[in-house]
Amino acid sequence: MTATAGPSTEESGGRFRISRSSPDATAGTWVAVAVVALLAILPFVGGDSTQRTLIGILTYLSLAQMWNLLAGFAGLITIGQQAFVGVGAYTLLVAAERNGVDPFLSIVAAGVVCAVLSAPVALFAFRLRGGYFAIGTWVIAEVFRLIALEIGPLEAGNVQSLTRRNALSGYDIDQLRDLIYWSSLALAAGATLVVVLVLRSRLGLALRAVRDDEAGAKGLGIDVTRTRLIVWMLASGWMGMTGALVHLNSQSINAPDAFSVLLWTALVIFIVVIGGVGSTTGPIIGVIVFWVVSDKLTDWFDLDDPWRFIILGILAALFAVFAPRGIYGWLQSWRPLQFFPVRRRLVGPGLEE
Amino acid sequence: MTDLLSVDGLDAGYGDFQALFDLTLRVAEGETVAIIGANGAGKTTLLRAVAGLVRASGGGITFAGQDLLTLPAHKRVGLGIALVPEGRRLFPSLSVRENLLIGGHAGRRGNWTLDSVLELFPLLKLIQRRSSATLSGGEQQMVAIGRALMSNPRLVLLDEVSLGLAPTVVKDLYAALPTVVSGGMTAVVVEQDIGQALSVADRVYCMLEGRVSLQGRPDELDHSQITTAYFGM
Amino acid sequence: MDWVNAVIQGILLGGLYALFATGLSLAFGVLRFVNLAHGDLAILGAYLAFSSISTFDVSVWATFFIVVPIMFAIGYVAQRGLFDFTLGEDPLPSILVSFGLGVVIQNALLVHYSATDRGLSVGSLATESIRVTNDISIGWFPVIILLVAVALLGGMQLFLSFTPLGRAFRAVSDDRDTARLMGINHRNLYGLAMGIAFATVAVAGIFLGSRTTFAPAQGPSQLLFAFEAVVIGGLGSLWGTLLGGIVLGVAQTVGNQVDVDYGWVGGVLLGHLVFLAVLAFRPSGLLGAKS
Repeated sequence: MTATAGPSTEESGGRFRISRSSPDATAGTWVAVAVVALLAILPFVGGDSTQRTLIGILTYLSLAQMWNLLAGFAGLITIGQQAFVGVGAYTLLVAAERNGVDPFLSIVAAGVVCAVLSAPVALFAFRLRGGYFAIGTWVIAEVFRLIALEIGPLEAGNVQSLTRRNALSGYDIDQLRDLIYWSSLALAAGATLVVVLVLRSRLGLALRAVRDDEAGAKGLGIDVTRTRLIVWMLASGWMGMTGALVHLNSQSINAPDAFSVLLWTALVIFIVVIGGVGSTTGPIIGVIVFWVVSDKLTDWFDLDDPWRFIILGILAALFAVFAPRGIYGWLQSWRPLQFFPVRRRLVGPGLEE
Repeated sequence: MTDLLSVDGLDAGYGDFQALFDLTLRVAEGETVAIIGANGAGKTTLLRAVAGLVRASGGGITFAGQDLLTLPAHKRVGLGIALVPEGRRLFPSLSVRENLLIGGHAGRRGNWTLDSVLELFPLLKLIQRRSSATLSGGEQQMVAIGRALMSNPRLVLLDEVSLGLAPTVVKDLYAALPTVVSGGMTAVVVEQDIGQALSVADRVYCMLEGRVSLQGRPDELDHSQITTAYFGM
Repeated sequence: MDWVNAVIQGILLGGLYALFATGLSLAFGVLRFVNLAHGDLAILGAYLAFSSISTFDVSVWATFFIVVPIMFAIGYVAQRGLFDFTLGEDPLPSILVSFGLGVVIQNALLVHYSATDRGLSVGSLATESIRVTNDISIGWFPVIILLVAVALLGGMQLFLSFTPLGRAFRAVSDDRDTARLMGINHRNLYGLAMGIAFATVAVAGIFLGSRTTFAPAQGPSQLLFAFEAVVIGGLGSLWGTLLGGIVLGVAQTVGNQVDVDYGWVGGVLLGHLVFLAVLAFRPSGLLGAKS
């Protein structure tokens, strides 16, 4: 999986090229493919509760990869993504429950709706920078929540269910569970794949340039706003799909939870920070840590929900200060391995292959 | 004369970028030493290292017998080191008068007070209350020098005082230098204007790519020596 | 008349919002640190007051003297012990630390105090009012809050403009490295600034707790309101913060009145919309310097 740079390499006789892979990255990719394949056949070998746990983990991985794409690579540190989870949830409600659209199609629709809505959001949010941008996205998420409550027909003030008669008609329980599972796998693996592809592309290169030095990037002719907007809309749409899927799984939708900053943003951020911001592997590590703390620790010590937030919050704050590149960063300083082929290196005669 | 400032084998830089390599330099009390060199030679880095804004990765700096390396920048002012930074770096939220006053923050007593500084640069008396952001280059430089003097330093470091200023303005500023050092103050003057530097200095160092390439008294050095040391040809 | 009343209440509410916003504005102005835990710290202040009252059996007014110094100290230590390490080019670490801290505080309060609504009692002052006309009366307590806000902001302005330490604050926020060259210990100053920010937000929190009830989950709303007040008023302007608070307060009370009369929008939402409008059409704020 190498790519040749343009005409200049032809001129030098094609002896230098930009390589985006390395032996460990190639191996890592094959491992990832194998893992995905193994996970895909899980429904056929049983393990219902494992399946349920995995749905939770995979949906969080999907959200984590997208937040990482925005905050770690594009420099768009958002704490407002709960807006899109909520909008995704209510799109599902309106489409599947109220209008009989197939729930999985509704998930796709949720993605489109969120991607489209994210554009005017950017119009406002992009006027702010850094910490103020972050709070701005939170305000906008609150606006979405409050507007949802204002729209009478949505009945967002009440808890609503997806029923067998409407949304879930045509699927039996096991079928539904399996399809939801495969969808979550698709969203998580897809999110990872999308991030890897973006980073390998020219868009990814532009993103990193903008993040490193905005003025310099502009000077090179990179349209900063357009670059950011594309990634913003992509990530928002993906988070919308994930939000819709989560609620298809829980079959229950209520505004405070659907638009919850703690559930959909704080946890996601903690996951990415602990795993490693700005790396494609970080979120995967983070999700595993999250699961250990979430399920295991709180079970063993008989702690309830707020403790999950306290422990993860403290961990995340400490990591942010003392280990900014997360667990992945630690591993890297041990042995610089790469699991996904996203870095670019110059290779050629005289240079190490 | 004893050495007031002693730089020994100094390595310093910014992050991964090393700017000074094994630099050794002496300044005796009461001397005026000029440092010349092309852009990027490391002159500003050297002054900032002495002032404490740049961390040394090797070697040492001693001032009046005291090791500076463990001393944070804000404490070095109290010892008697004052830097007039490259580009003036006045505080835009502060007026001219306030910029001068804050120079005295460290509280060192001495001949230099707000009044004596305003005597040195009478022009500033008229514009005391103006925001420092509205001043011309020459006016800013006067304030920057005055601000440094307010800390009654034993050693004043002047970084590229002539930068971006018209020749007449530069002449006027340098005309004030004898008064500045009259009380026995030691001065290190970094200058791109070689003529100006040679005319005020007791001794000259030339720097090239982070090292000393030439040193001596102005009358001992000839034009071609300086050119070679300056450009490294 | 309802509308006039709404506007008046909004102006008074603005005083409280200005109090909240002051700390946020100060921390950003001096340190470039956006404290996402700001709202949760206010609630923490309210709970500390609550515990002080039940432990020491004192009045709400006495709690100011207990809680404010404690919060100042916490702020100083938090800055020098934690936030200091996140300051730099990259905004991410400081956002993460303050956001994480906010979540931790919120949930720790939940664990310790439970989710029950609490209140701080100022006795009859809470309901006493001045009769302006037959239809309009103004509550004493909200007026006091507004006066405290104005006094605090005024005091801070005087401090910054006329004292040597205030001068040092301005210098450090202009140019940290050159300030060090003046002999200013910037770490100490950062600690002081954060201490003051924590102290003012504690004052705001105690007033909030006395004006209405409070619960652990309320922190984020206060952060958003404080932020909106700062942006509406204009970054870098203390009086802008007061104006921003008032504009937001009025937007909210008017919005609530609209909700009562017409059944839609609501105060908080209208406040958000006004904020977005300012962001869209005058991003530097009402009193901010046009960039």
